[in-house]
Amino acid sequence: MNLDYLINQRARVLDLTVEHLEMTLLAVAIALLFAIPLGIVAARFTAASLPIFGLLGAIYTIPSLAALALLIPLVGLGRTPAVIVLAAYAQLFLVRNIATGLRGVDPAALEAARGMGMAGWQVLLNVQVPLALPVIIAGVRIALVTTISFATITAWINAGGLGTLLFNGITRNNQSMILAGTIAVTALALLADQLMRLLERLTAVSRARRAAARE
Amino acid sequence: MTLDIEPGEIVVLLGPSGCGKTTLLKMVNRLYEPTSGDILLDGTSIRRLPATLLRRRIGYVIQQTGLFPHMRIADNIAVVPKLLGWDRGRVARRVDELLELVGLPPREYRRRYPAQLSGGQQQRVGLARALAGNPTTLLMDEPFGALDAITRSRLQVELRQIHERLGQTILFVTHDIEEAVRLADRIVVMRAGRVAQYGRALEIVMSPADEFVSDLVGAGDVLRRLSLLPVELAMRPLDGAPIPGSLPSIERAADLRAALSLLLERRAERLIVRGAGGEPAGTLDMAAIERAGVVDAAPAAPS
Repeated sequence: MNLDYLINQRARVLDLTVEHLEMTLLAVAIALLFAIPLGIVAARFTAASLPIFGLLGAIYTIPSLAALALLIPLVGLGRTPAVIVLAAYAQLFLVRNIATGLRGVDPAALEAARGMGMAGWQVLLNVQVPLALPVIIAGVRIALVTTISFATITAWINAGGLGTLLFNGITRNNQSMILAGTIAVTALALLADQLMRLLERLTAVSRARRAAARE
Repeated sequence: MTLDIEPGEIVVLLGPSGCGKTTLLKMVNRLYEPTSGDILLDGTSIRRLPATLLRRRIGYVIQQTGLFPHMRIADNIAVVPKLLGWDRGRVARRVDELLELVGLPPREYRRRYPAQLSGGQQQRVGLARALAGNPTTLLMDEPFGALDAITRSRLQVELRQIHERLGQTILFVTHDIEEAVRLADRIVVMRAGRVAQYGRALEIVMSPADEFVSDLVGAGDVLRRLSLLPVELAMRPLDGAPIPGSLPSIERAADLRAALSLLLERRAERLIVRGAGGEPAGTLDMAAIERAGVVDAAPAAPS
């Protein structure tokens, strides 16, 4: 194992890691803006959920390199097309988990909420979302981790990030550079995974579950 | 169907599953909208208010409790007061008051989650939550249906006691005739979306309107019928004649089936019937039990 690059160029690796993380977070944040309303609609209307998941599934099957290439004539090279593609690919996990989470809420709790006089949006915000939160956060976790690993190939269209090390390493036949990029991406993904798992455990539902388990 | 319910009454909707009793109940708080007809609450149509405002004025208890698992007990009870815009202090006082009322010491239970409570305790919280906004009307949909027999009868007694103190109008759905008789001021027997009979509990048991009702109250089954009739119905009031002190005694509110089994068990000829305070109120013998349990059943038999 040749860790020379990781050790000697750690400032550069760190810069690229930050860049990589920024791109990932931006993509997932934009993805959430679309996924939240889509997930709510898919959860509430069965008729709408089929076309929504059909479309998202179809997007997911487009080869990622092709998707990136197709966007170049429209928005050029760099970070913009990368974020668009990453956000589009993250939709499937996000919408699926949001819809599944919202649908999985105990119907008795919903009936009680309505029966006590909560308006539709109050039922959603006070009951449905908090109860679905662990599943929703799990969706965000999966989206984050896959986007982190996926974002490496966007260096191909000059989007920057840790993929730069991989592509440059391949062209220059620099094993140490490839290894540095790989280690950094993996570490980032594992860290994101653990942080999100922690967040999942901090939701009120799992706190309640653990409180009950202690009895 | 037309039904008139007096304020402060416990009216039980009784019938087999699918007879429309839950549908009727849910029309009152507009979880189901009636396609035709109208329901008046305190003289005004329930359609005059937005559904959400109407529901905040009507307590609602369901069989699966529907407690919110992510909220502490106090927050569960506080839902309607918060929707009504009460200030914090008032909400907190109300929560404690209600926990006391349903027999759960606030200090111990306020901060727990529903999953930390037994089924019976959860339904106590369900009742407290329904009472939180001081509703004048309470809708209860088989609230004790999922509980074991002992817990169920304890909660039935407590519901009556709470009702005596607070005096809400309660509409209560059940398919359990014994529960109906124990709780109801009046019973609505329902069949296929219609009222088969509407009357006092005793009236329903003693003179069922048709074969359907008579089957439901077990007119052909003497023991079943006896279990629905109170001892005081058949007792002979004290007439000054001395009563042997050795006779076994029974409360006047107990049912005749319990009286019969006591008679058989103790090989006694008569029982002393005692009032709620323990004072002798009358006597009861086998012939009296027989008259109440058997003779009246005859008209219901096919002629």
